[in-house]
Amino acid sequence: MITADRKPFDEIYAMTEGHDKVLVAGCDTCVAICLTGGEKEAEILASEIRIRAKEDGRDITVEHTAAIRQCEWEYLEMISDEVDSFPLVLSMGCGIGIQSMAERFAPKQVMPAVNTNMLGMPQEHAVWLERCAACGECVIGETAGICPVVRCSKSLMNGPCGGSHAGLCEVVGPEGDETECAWALIWERLKAQGREDLMFANREPKDWSKSSSGGPRKMVREEAKPV
Amino acid sequence: MSEALGTLKAGSHLERVLSEGRFAVTGECGPPKSADRSVIEEKVKLLKGYVDAVNITDNQTAVVRVSSMAASHIAQSNGIEAVMQMTCRDRNRLAMQADILGAATLGIRNILCLTGDHISFGNHPKARGVHDLDSITLIRMFKDMRDDKRFQSGEEMDVAPPLFIGCAENPFGDPLEFRAMRLGKKVAAGADFVQTQCIFNIPRFRMWMDEVRSLGLHKEIKILAGITPIKSAGMAKYMAKNVPGMDVPPEIIDRIASRDKGEPQQEEGKALAVEMIKELAEVEGVAGVHVMAVEWEAAVPEIVERAGLMPRPAVA
Repeated sequence: MITADRKPFDEIYAMTEGHDKVLVAGCDTCVAICLTGGEKEAEILASEIRIRAKEDGRDITVEHTAAIRQCEWEYLEMISDEVDSFPLVLSMGCGIGIQSMAERFAPKQVMPAVNTNMLGMPQEHAVWLERCAACGECVIGETAGICPVVRCSKSLMNGPCGGSHAGLCEVVGPEGDETECAWALIWERLKAQGREDLMFANREPKDWSKSSSGGPRKMVREEAKPV
Repeated sequence: MSEALGTLKAGSHLERVLSEGRFAVTGECGPPKSADRSVIEEKVKLLKGYVDAVNITDNQTAVVRVSSMAASHIAQSNGIEAVMQMTCRDRNRLAMQADILGAATLGIRNILCLTGDHISFGNHPKARGVHDLDSITLIRMFKDMRDDKRFQSGEEMDVAPPLFIGCAENPFGDPLEFRAMRLGKKVAAGADFVQTQCIFNIPRFRMWMDEVRSLGLHKEIKILAGITPIKSAGMAKYMAKNVPGMDVPPEIIDRIASRDKGEPQQEEGKALAVEMIKELAEVEGVAGVHVMAVEWEAAVPEIVERAGLMPRPAVA
């Protein structure tokens, strides 16, 4: 799923400056599951803005809504009447949802209330880990189901660098979090599968043209187009 | 060019020393964090005559410095052959190939292909790390340029860069059982020589060499054992704790710490380096040493001398 983290409140509040009608729009799909931008979180953010605005002596109307999915036109249609009556929308959808709203309701100002951060999964309750780079050329069939592109800090394709130690990556997160070395995981799982010879073969340079280096990507499914 | 080179690939001094079966000594010089040519000249002059070639690091520890190509050129202008280091962190394959063509036109013949320390360790942690290639695909790209006159894309070129291609390997990195095989991958990719991570744990290094020999790799690649003279107990502790991939056993730290701070600890560090060089030189398959005296280049001449490695060979 796509995960996102709410922006700091002060940054969001600053977006409302000069506005007296603000709609906070949640999205009830990915960002709701990661507890960031669903209807409930949109309601909470709207309340926070009202409270701060009241403290600041501002006369402001802040309401909230949520689309089932902000990234699909038909779900945006369902909230269009509500959205139309607000000049400023703070979207809590992911980057895709925010852009869909900005396009559907252009030239209305749609601002991001979240930072979209990854394609990840909940490893445990309230902890998400990145799992996919959407690189356009999946190699995990040869790496025991573990993605080296996104789970190795250097996107190495030929095994661990010299900084792999005791199963951990040399890179430590900003909060001091330890990261598993993807290639140590790959090595162990390939051994368990009896396929460690896959580690010994030299892999070719990755084709990044299938990733974002090739420009914005487009997928067309001809057979699914309406006749 | 191939006729003049005979069986040599680049004809560099380092390649000649190693191909003649002489025990090689390489040093290391980190360029400065400012546009100061004199720092590079002073550092390389300290090593001149005591090493066969000097590695010029490439934004080491992800900190911006004078480029390895420019510093390599300055070293060679001062009469000491360079091993130009190149990491995959700061350049994509276009920039890497452009730089290697540029280096070749400047007469730089030795190149060391590295993954590079992660960008988060350096002084621009907000920069975008490139990692278009990894060290193994980098080696292969340069080999194909040299041997087949082909760019990575497959396109042909007129004049190939004559390169003596090096790599690094860390016998102490995990998973330990993969480390010799990783060198095998680099050999298969086309590496001619390898300089190892600094060795402090000799028993572990010997185990790695056993695996290397059992794979027959020592016959296909020249192996230079990495040596770092320890300047103080503080430095040893720092390396043990903070430098990724470094294995500094407690007894090494204790040995240095047993002496008084300052000169006595430096003496102990030099003595240890000399002992280790002598011991490593006896290991079957070790073709030379790579002395990385980090910000302590002045110690190198004495260490090389005391290790019995002087005079350095003049080669044809």
